[in-house]
Amino acid sequence: MSGIPHDHYEPSTGGEKWLHSRLPIVGLLYDTLMIPTPKNLNWMWIWGIVLTFCLALQIITGVVLVMHYTPHVDLAFASVEHIMRNVNGGAMLRYLHMNGASLFFVAVYAHIFRGLYYGSYKAPREITWIIGMLIYLLMMGTAFMGYVLPWGQMSFWGATVITGLFGAIPFIGESIQTWLLGGPAVDNATLNRFFSLHYLLPFVIAGLVIVHIWAFHTTGNNNPTGVEVRRTSKADAEKDTLPFWPYFVIKDLFALAVILVVFFAVVGFMPNYLGHPDNYIEANPLVTPAHIVPEWYFLPFYAILRAFDGDVWVVIAANFLTGGIVDAKFFGVLAMFGAIVVMALVPWLDTSSVRSGRYRPMFKWWFWLFVVNFFVLMWVGAMPAEGIYPYIALIGSTYWFAYFLVILPLLGVLEKPLPQPDTIEEDFKAHYGKSSTNSGAPAATPAE
Amino acid sequence: MLKKLALAATLALAPVSGAYAAGATGEVTNYDFSFEGAFGTFDQAQLQRGLQVYTQVCSACHGMKYVPLRTLSAEDGPGMPEDQVRAYAEQFFEVYDDELEDFRPARPTDHFPENNAAGAPDLSMMAKARAGFHGPYGLGINQFFKGMGGPEYIASLLAGYTGEEKEEAGVILYENKAFPGGWISMAPPLYGDDVEYSDETEATIEQQSQDVAAFLMWAAEPKLMARKQAGFVGVVFLTVLSVLLYLTNKRLWAPVKARAKE
Repeated sequence: MSGIPHDHYEPSTGGEKWLHSRLPIVGLLYDTLMIPTPKNLNWMWIWGIVLTFCLALQIITGVVLVMHYTPHVDLAFASVEHIMRNVNGGAMLRYLHMNGASLFFVAVYAHIFRGLYYGSYKAPREITWIIGMLIYLLMMGTAFMGYVLPWGQMSFWGATVITGLFGAIPFIGESIQTWLLGGPAVDNATLNRFFSLHYLLPFVIAGLVIVHIWAFHTTGNNNPTGVEVRRTSKADAEKDTLPFWPYFVIKDLFALAVILVVFFAVVGFMPNYLGHPDNYIEANPLVTPAHIVPEWYFLPFYAILRAFDGDVWVVIAANFLTGGIVDAKFFGVLAMFGAIVVMALVPWLDTSSVRSGRYRPMFKWWFWLFVVNFFVLMWVGAMPAEGIYPYIALIGSTYWFAYFLVILPLLGVLEKPLPQPDTIEEDFKAHYGKSSTNSGAPAATPAE
Repeated sequence: MLKKLALAATLALAPVSGAYAAGATGEVTNYDFSFEGAFGTFDQAQLQRGLQVYTQVCSACHGMKYVPLRTLSAEDGPGMPEDQVRAYAEQFFEVYDDELEDFRPARPTDHFPENNAAGAPDLSMMAKARAGFHGPYGLGINQFFKGMGGPEYIASLLAGYTGEEKEEAGVILYENKAFPGGWISMAPPLYGDDVEYSDETEATIEQQSQDVAAFLMWAAEPKLMARKQAGFVGVVFLTVLSVLLYLTNKRLWAPVKARAKE
């Protein structure tokens, strides 16, 4: 499957040959597991395993939770309490599922930032990147709908605010919103369709994960140098790579175990830390919570959504130019979805010929500012939209778009990249070998 | 140690966070509860005292409809003997029976009755539905060190009345230091010696407030002790696994890294 020359599965026994000529499944698994992997991968390449684990964890805990959950506005909240009180191990299952969503997003953000820093999105890995962005979008949809299911106050009001975004689309918005909700407001029809989709989408994600893996197994993994594995011969390729099993499986499992220590501490000792107390109050359409705040992993985009109010000049300009069709609310919605669209388009917006950020002296600064900005947006998304906070949100949102639309295209032209190692082997030797063999390539630091 | 650090951090931040929080939250005391921390457990005697306060004071207006009465006999809860729970349910609570089409004395299989007299909220999950600690600046640091503060908020609220009252739009409001905004419509429920504890604990306002807050934490999170134990076992097991995998990984990569030196 991979373009990197390596050994393939050869059926040896009669039984294996019989099976292989009918269904080459063992060969498929063998080639997948034994894929030649750049030997210089650092600790930021472990998130894929963590994400796969999260998907499995969420599906397994979710399937069991569904056995005890009732998707009805009058019964949903009580059925969750039934799980928490009466179902054997139910409280643990639910807390694992709840916090599993948070772990999922911690991992996906680390994975995305890894990709952005090391240029993993660049040719020939654009399809891997696009599939990844689709998975990320589906994850957000799934998490959002899952949060509605316990039918607490934040479930209800979060659903009301977010589906209200679709109502901001000019002309057809209201019809779309009614169609999504199954009625004029968030109600039983909404809860039922969200439940149905919350169960369906993880399997769509699982399918896309297979495509994601297929795509990068075809191109080969990126690595911290961004230099491609030599494909000139099998011997050359073997100097740059090691088989995924056992070298990277064990390494990734070690990282996963360490991350799970933290995860279990959160689930065991502070399972509600990342949640909102209001969601332990049953949904009440007549009482609006003082602050409607989404889950932490949506906050940066929530900040972008709210940043563009009617006082911002671009909003006023857009409103004027479109004859009032694009109002502040719709502009905010466009900005929020646009923030993800520009990220998805980064393979074509980044003009630099150098893949890895390690050899891009100017890019590094802008990248780390982008990371800091992400956390600032996350923080400001949780604050009330008053005082200085909307200005911070506006500056942060502007930087988000500037990073993708202005800085990355310009850097490719302005920046003078540092010398890159010729091969992955050279980088590996520079890092682990004697200091005299260091040929100018900077060693990988944990900060990367 | 962590608590001291947190305290120091809180004191350092107090001038700013105090000013910021002035409008949003009241004064919540960081009481020490037995169920806090990684190894915290419920204090059975305290839960039983809290149940007494709930039954004789709170349940006049509030309900607790998600909590089954039978769970009062839970080992890692109030731990009352089953016959005592049966007698207790029968003596203190009535439920509406659809088959009888009438009220009858409660049985252990029933839940605590629903009650929203005077619009009083249900208390089943109250200890998780309120956060006593916030910030500073929306960063969640206080909640990380002190916990969400649900039981602390309940205890502070019950002991937080100043005695001042005012009338607003026909409703009497009572000044309360712990309530966000400072004025609450719930009349002071505790005056001291509202119940007579059988274990001869003195029933001061503070004591009763903390007892009922602990009881409500149990009501909201009856599996708290099992959860902490599972968490601890998980952390220990995974730490051991991490060490083993670390050593495996080191051994596995050693020849590869050695070859790089050649």
